[in-house]
Amino acid sequence: MIKHETIEKNIGLMILLIIIVISGGGLAEIVPLFFQSSTTQPIEGLRTYTALELEGRDIYIKEGCHVCHTQMIRPFRAETERYGHYSTADEHVWEHPFLWGSKRTGPDLARVGGRYSDDWHKAHLNNPRDVVPESKMPSYPWLFKNKLTGQDTEAKMEALRKLGVPYTDEDVATAREAVAGKTEIDALVAYLQSLGKLHSVYTNKR
Amino acid sequence: MSAFWSAWVSVITLAVIIGCTWLLFATRKSQPHQEQTEETVGHEFDGIEEYDNPLPKWWFQMFLGTVIFGLGYLALYPGLGNFQGLLGWSSHGQWEEEMAHAEEQYRPMFEQFAALSIEQLQNEETGLKMGQRMFANNCSLCHGSAGTGAYGFPNLTDNDWLYGGDPATLKATIANGRNGGMPAWGQVLGEDGVRDVTSYVLSLSGAGENLDGDAVARGQSQFQALCAACHGAEGKGTQALGAPNLTDNTWLYGGSFEQVAHSIRNGRAGVMPAHKELLSDEKIHLIAAYVYSLSQK
Repeated sequence: MIKHETIEKNIGLMILLIIIVISGGGLAEIVPLFFQSSTTQPIEGLRTYTALELEGRDIYIKEGCHVCHTQMIRPFRAETERYGHYSTADEHVWEHPFLWGSKRTGPDLARVGGRYSDDWHKAHLNNPRDVVPESKMPSYPWLFKNKLTGQDTEAKMEALRKLGVPYTDEDVATAREAVAGKTEIDALVAYLQSLGKLHSVYTNKR
Repeated sequence: MSAFWSAWVSVITLAVIIGCTWLLFATRKSQPHQEQTEETVGHEFDGIEEYDNPLPKWWFQMFLGTVIFGLGYLALYPGLGNFQGLLGWSSHGQWEEEMAHAEEQYRPMFEQFAALSIEQLQNEETGLKMGQRMFANNCSLCHGSAGTGAYGFPNLTDNDWLYGGDPATLKATIANGRNGGMPAWGQVLGEDGVRDVTSYVLSLSGAGENLDGDAVARGQSQFQALCAACHGAEGKGTQALGAPNLTDNTWLYGGSFEQVAHSIRNGRAGVMPAHKELLSDEKIHLIAAYVYSLSQK
C-alpha cells in the first residue's frame, strides 16, 4: 500500500491520483452523452437560427438575459402548464453555448416565441413597467438606438459551422446583408420570437 | 443506450463506489476505539507539529452511510446504464402521472363548463374565476390584470370593440389572433396631407373648436378617398376589418394631435397572438367567458 507520506511528498503522483479519483463521475455521467443519439441528433425538422436571430441571441447573452431567465422547461406539470412541453436535449444540439440557465428571477423563455406580439416585446424591453406594472426587470432603451453592422455575422456562422451547425454557404454569404442596419431590438425580438419555434414536433397546448 | 455504454456506466459507477470504500478502509487508522492519540505525523515546522489522529468515528460512519445510500439508490432508481431500477421510476413517467391525475381531477369541470354557452357562464362563479386565473396567466401581460389595456393594447372593459365583442367573435379573436393592418399614409398624403386628415379625424370626436376649419375640410375629402374604405364614410369604423371607430374618443394609440398624426403617417400593425396552439378549446372558452363578463357590468 502506498504510504500517505509517499503521496504527499510526490506532487506528480498526487496529481495523477486526484485525476483518477475525480474523473470517475465525468467518465460515467458526461462521456456517454457524446455518443447518444438522443443528445447528439437534432430533433426532427429543427432549423438553424437566421442571421438576425443569431445576432439577437448574442445580444441576449450580452445583456445577461440568461442570468435571470432560463430556457429549460422541466418535466413537472406546474412548468408544462405554464410554459409548454418540457425541454429535451435534441432541441438544443445546435446551441453553442447552451442558454439553459440555472436560476429564474423572470419566467422561462424556452417557448416564448409567438406568445406575445413584436410590439409587446418592444414596449416591454423599453420599459417593462409600461406593460407589467409589478415587473422588476431592467429597462433596455439603448437596444433601440444601437445598430448592427453585420461585420462579424459571417464569422460567427463559420465558427458555428465548425461546431456542427449546418449553415449553408448561402446562409453565410447573405448573413451580413440580412443584419446590417437593423437595430439591436429588431434582432433580439426576432430571436425571442424564434424560441420554441425552431421545430414543430411538440404541441405546446396546455 | 447501447450495451457498451450501459456497461461502461455501470462498471465505472460501481468501480468508483468500491474504490471509495476501499480508500476509506485502507486509510483507516488502526485505533477504532481511540479518538485521539499523542502520536504525530513526524514532521515539525517552527515548533508546529501535526497530530496523526484517526478519522472521527461519526465522520467515518457518515462516509459509510453515503456508500450504503448510493447502493440503495442505484438499486431503486435508474443509474446503472440501462437498468431502470426496481421502482421503474422516470422523470417523464412522473410527469405523465401528474398530468393524468390533473386530467382526471379537472377534466369534468372543464367539460361541464364547455357544455354551457358563454352567456350561461356569466352566472357560473367558479367558471368565471377559472377564466380569470387563466386570463391573469395568459392575457394580463398585454391587456392588464384588470383587462383595462395599455397603450397599443386594447381595453377589454369598455364595450368598445375593434373586431366585435359577441361571444363567437371573442373566441375567434383569442383562438386565431388578429393582425391589425393600418397602412402608412405618410408617402401618399405628404406631411401637409397628414396634418389635414389628422384635423378631420380629431373633429369627428368633437375636438372641432381648436382645429383649423380649412384643414378639416381638406382632410375630409382626403379621408373620404383614402380612409373611408375601412373606417366608413362617417368614421364609425368596421369591425369586420378591425378598423376602429374614430368618433368615440377611445384611442388605442393616443388621441393627441401628434399621436393621431403618427398613426396616419406611419401606420399601425397591432398583433394579437393566436392562442389555439397554446391553450385547449375548453380554456379558451372560459377565458372568452371571463373577457365577455368584463364589459357586461
